[in-house]
Amino acid sequence: MAQLLQSILGGANQGLLWALLALGVFISFRILNFADLTAEGSFALGGAVVASLITKGLEPALSSLIAFLAGTLAGLCTGILNTKLKIPAILSGILTMIGLYSINIRIMGTSNTSLLRLTTVITYFENLFKIPKIYATLILGVLVVGIIIAVLYWFFGTEVGSAIRATGDNENMCRALGINTDNTKILALMISNGLIALSGAMVAQQQSFSDVNMGIGAIVIGLASIIIGETFMSQKFPFWAKMIFIVLGSVIYRVLITLIIYANIMEPYDIKLLTAVLVIIALALPRIKSLFKNNNFKRVKNNNRG
Amino acid sequence: MLSINNISKTFNIGTINEKQALDGVNLFVNEGDFITVIGGNGAGKSTLLNIIAGVYMADDGELILDGDNITKKPEYKRAQYFGRVFQDPLMGTAASMEIQENLALAYRRGQFRGLNWAITPKEKQLYEEQLKRLGLGLESRMTTKVGLLSGGQRQALALLMAILKKPKMLLLDEHTAALDPNTAQIVQHLTLELTQESKITTLMITHNMKDAIKYGNRLIMMHEGKIIYEAEGAEKQSLKVEDLLKKFEQSAGGYFATDRMLLA
Ligand SMILES: Nc1ncnc2c1ncn2[C@@H]1O[C@H](COP(=O)(O)OP(=O)(O)O)[C@@H](O)[C@H]1O
Ligand SMILES: [Mg+2]
Repeated sequence: MAQLLQSILGGANQGLLWALLALGVFISFRILNFADLTAEGSFALGGAVVASLITKGLEPALSSLIAFLAGTLAGLCTGILNTKLKIPAILSGILTMIGLYSINIRIMGTSNTSLLRLTTVITYFENLFKIPKIYATLILGVLVVGIIIAVLYWFFGTEVGSAIRATGDNENMCRALGINTDNTKILALMISNGLIALSGAMVAQQQSFSDVNMGIGAIVIGLASIIIGETFMSQKFPFWAKMIFIVLGSVIYRVLITLIIYANIMEPYDIKLLTAVLVIIALALPRIKSLFKNNNFKRVKNNNRG
Repeated sequence: MLSINNISKTFNIGTINEKQALDGVNLFVNEGDFITVIGGNGAGKSTLLNIIAGVYMADDGELILDGDNITKKPEYKRAQYFGRVFQDPLMGTAASMEIQENLALAYRRGQFRGLNWAITPKEKQLYEEQLKRLGLGLESRMTTKVGLLSGGQRQALALLMAILKKPKMLLLDEHTAALDPNTAQIVQHLTLELTQESKITTLMITHNMKDAIKYGNRLIMMHEGKIIYEAEGAEKQSLKVEDLLKKFEQSAGGYFATDRMLLA
């Protein structure tokens, strides 16, 4: 039983660190309405940057910040490809992602780097409070996610943040109101990928290694977290509450996976398929619902005629 | 005020879809003018407005606004001069945002957007007063998402947004055409009221000839990318729908044949 609780807590911890990815995907996919596949590359980029900087002896918190900035550069690249070179959104993201694969190996010098026995933000908290890793991660996760939610809440309440939200809603109106939609898109993609890279940096430090493939499926995992969070939220929720529910979605997702693996229902490598199916169902649900509605409508019409 | 000099525009140059939408259009808009624009489908009316607003760039010709050559300015930079309302009520407002957030976006038209709050308590009062001008009760629904409003309400809001920060010129592209006749009349009256109160120079495309005659001090008729008839003052006031049809037949050498226009 204690072991089960430990693994649930471990899953929750992972959920907190991966929640930054979910928030990043939320900004691109939901707020900006831009299916940004850069995510896979920028998540691994965050891990690569933080791993190589920490092994070089740089302070882990500063290394994490630099990982965030590296992510914003990845977003800048995708943004420029899409807005200035007019490459379709999906392709822009894929191009950056593929390019990042090579760059990430260049950054680490190899395809994976171990952080065992090195000081990370997590071991820092362990030593500071003299607590086990699992609680240190929990405190760190809540702290970082809390700060990010507060900053995002403030930012999207500003003029430029509001312009970004409007860009995702109605570009045509935005240009008529004097908003440079190229700039708002680029900025949103930078923030999004910065958060995703930060997520990768945190996850790498938590698992004590960084791997060039650690970002595979990142966008789908982010979407799954958003979708789980959204099933529990109402459209009327204020923005900060929506973000908290997305974090909860990410936590629930990770805890579910932990339980599935714990109960030996599936092999770990089956999880990605499960995630994909979950996202497919959630994305298809509105369509399926409307099909049912139309069928009912037809039936009523036929009845009236007959 | 706005001088439109010899503006031409051809779409899809060099393809089988090549289409000359504007063919050397000249027009001088005076400060305070309310100009109605009529013409059949595909006459180039929307293209003219879009070229003024910077949605498309002219192939030829110049746009001079108060001595300033704006021919090459991008759309988002020209927004500081022009307020616009489109035919589609969905196009002028952001559905997922609140009424007051939409107004706050419009209040900053053409201004730098930085890290100040997107909407301040003081503004909210202004928006409440402005919404009262519409007479639709929207002032008590400031935090309602715009997507929940009806087409007419959205279009009235779009109109208010276009003039909230007084533009040098208001550009209306059949902004009542997608509304039911009743709502269309309400929005049309609002348009007149608001533009007169704030003395806003206006260019209004309409497919309703009666409206085109009744409203404004000038009227232009377009056909195949050209202005084929202009009237103002007493001549315009005394026009009848039949006169416009006759003028069209004379100038264009054919019938003004779209059902939509005859019915209107
Ligand atoms: N973006 C575009 N691309 C290609 N052709 C266009 C475009 N916009 C308008 N046209 C063409 O230009 C002509 C004039 O269109 P428009 O200005 O919309 O006419 P109106 O508003 O008077 O009905 C039409 O033949 C139309 O098909
Ligand atoms: Mg038109």
